[in-house]
Amino acid sequence: MDIKDIIKPENLVYSKSKLFTDKALSYCPGCGHGTAHKLVLQTIEEMGIESETIGVAPVGCSVLAYEFMDIDIQQASHGRAPAVATAIKRLMPEKFVFTYQGDGDLAAIGTAETIHACNRGENIVIIFINNGIYGMTGGQMAPTTIAKMKTSTSPYGRDTAIMGNPLKITELVAQLPGVYYCTRQAVHTAAAVRKAKKAIRQAFENQKLKKGLSFVEIVSNCNSGWKMTPVDSNIWMENNMFPFYPLGDIKVPTEK
Amino acid sequence: MAKIKGAIVVEIEKCKGCGVCEVACPTQVIKLHTDVNGKGYHFAYMENPDACIGCANCAMVCPDSVISVYKMKVEA
Amino acid sequence: MKELRLMKGNEAIAEAFIRAGADGYFGYPITPQSEVLEYLMAQKPYETTGMVVLQAESEVAAINMVYGGAGCGKKVVTSSSSPGISLKAEGISYMAGAELPCLVVNVVRGGPGLGTIQPSQGDYFQSTKGGGHGDYKLIVLAPASVQEMADFAKLGFELAFKYRTPVMIQSDGVIGQMMEKVELFEQMPRWTNEEIKKISPWATVGKTPDRERNIITSLDLDPARQERHVYKLGAKYKEIEENEVRFEKIQCDDAEYIFVAYGSSARICQKSIEIARAKGIKVGLLRPITLFPFPKKVLNKLADQVKGMLTVEMSLGQMIEDVQLAVNGKVKVEHYGRVGGMIPSPDEIVAALEQKIIGG
Repeated sequence: MDIKDIIKPENLVYSKSKLFTDKALSYCPGCGHGTAHKLVLQTIEEMGIESETIGVAPVGCSVLAYEFMDIDIQQASHGRAPAVATAIKRLMPEKFVFTYQGDGDLAAIGTAETIHACNRGENIVIIFINNGIYGMTGGQMAPTTIAKMKTSTSPYGRDTAIMGNPLKITELVAQLPGVYYCTRQAVHTAAAVRKAKKAIRQAFENQKLKKGLSFVEIVSNCNSGWKMTPVDSNIWMENNMFPFYPLGDIKVPTEK
Repeated sequence: MAKIKGAIVVEIEKCKGCGVCEVACPTQVIKLHTDVNGKGYHFAYMENPDACIGCANCAMVCPDSVISVYKMKVEA
Repeated sequence: MKELRLMKGNEAIAEAFIRAGADGYFGYPITPQSEVLEYLMAQKPYETTGMVVLQAESEVAAINMVYGGAGCGKKVVTSSSSPGISLKAEGISYMAGAELPCLVVNVVRGGPGLGTIQPSQGDYFQSTKGGGHGDYKLIVLAPASVQEMADFAKLGFELAFKYRTPVMIQSDGVIGQMMEKVELFEQMPRWTNEEIKKISPWATVGKTPDRERNIITSLDLDPARQERHVYKLGAKYKEIEENEVRFEKIQCDDAEYIFVAYGSSARICQKSIEIARAKGIKVGLLRPITLFPFPKKVLNKLADQVKGMLTVEMSLGQMIEDVQLAVNGKVKVEHYGRVGGMIPSPDEIVAALEQKIIGG
């Protein structure tokens, strides 16, 4: 049986989302951002809401998300994406609005905007990529950097006595009444991708049903910042990040 | 008995050779090529195409969405 | 229908936002402008015109909400006072960079720092020379009455959308807090989605198949493209300088001396003119209505006519630099002002004119 007989349009079972632009992603090889982008775009495509969706990109590695996503996008100033999204959704409640933010953006400089958008129960989706580091600026310590983890500003490892503790912002926002759905996922294996995809779909469906804020954290790698190969960084993530940031739902709707 | 046969197509010039697909493949189909693409990356390819079952695990984890997956039933 | 009312400046401008067909107001309490948010919350325009009113968690959040709303082609506005405007400066710079129309109202109080809650004009540099980072300008309107507080809300939106730029209404604690008669303009309808698509085809309202995606950003990492963008902004500011200079001349025709003052200082100067003229001093007033673009040409022309100019500002002297540049050494220009929330009296101003300009 020749491969050419298999590679036919009618046999295609998985390909790039149509909502990607032709531009090659600017992320480092193996970075989970690309996979997370894909899941968001697949969700929008599957729900058929591309003409009703407005994304908000942060400052950080994904500042250029608008280069890759073929939808209307606003690029927000550092940390302020939830405020930007709040206004977009309030002014156009019939549209779908999501933010895509990293851990420095969402959990350090933008903590206030994150918490208050969550607490008000803004009917938006927040996609939160947590790789425990500031990737864009060259691998500095982030609010989410785990204890003892080495970064360029914690070169001997994060000493929590001096540098403070890593922030579990997802557990924190899960406490807020405005947050309807809160989950932590990953995208480094096929099984994880399937679950993360389901979670993102759930989040967008919640918005459709006007349920309030859905918060999807994706624990991801930063092989460049962590100074590992992509494959090693995924293994390191499983062994070191997941024990502190366990995967799974943190808050699920209780109503029937 | 029907058997599932799969195949992948890698967009070679956009592949960054991260190797995440290689690890994700349950039937050890994919390897990184000894050659490099225009950007100097060892791109992914089917080293053992006969073993491909079209499960799409590789494409699911590919951060750059450069893998397309094809699958068909073949009568044994 | 036009309507006559007795209102505070802060209330009048809030009412004018509703009547101008604003889609959203995002604010945060700070004295002396909290009545804006209070008035809007009491009026509940979300039940009448559909205008969104939201008390944000901070000035920073509020200006970024304005960014989000403006990016959707909506008429959006925020108001604050000096320390709050400092917090908004980053967002204003982003909006200038991303070419987003919006209104920002500054009811100026005394500074620096937390300063005082009393009126001041110490934010002239901040609003006309930057405040935020980068090469940008704001159109700055300076109301001198409750009437202008209302009228400039409408004018501000018009200019903001005409030039795709943030517009600052620079008021102060006097104009914000005082009550006056105001004739309110008629209620304008909010723009429909179709109108927004026509007026602001760049707005992020969802990418339809008939167009490319819209992106709102102030970022371009390609220096050649970024340079073109900043040049484009520069050309826009030139155009604004050509077309949008606004000022009021009071008793300038026979004047030998000129007060240059805006906002509440200009009102006080009108009394000073009376006092001075009673003494035989022929003095007039040039009141800049736009602080940017600054009425340079008219001042330069007046410099050929008069013997000296006194800028009256509630600051250590900020606008005086623009007046000096405008007259380019033709006549003597001095400054008189009070700071820290103190307001100059008409007599003080006349005395300053006599000492610094006539006798000096």
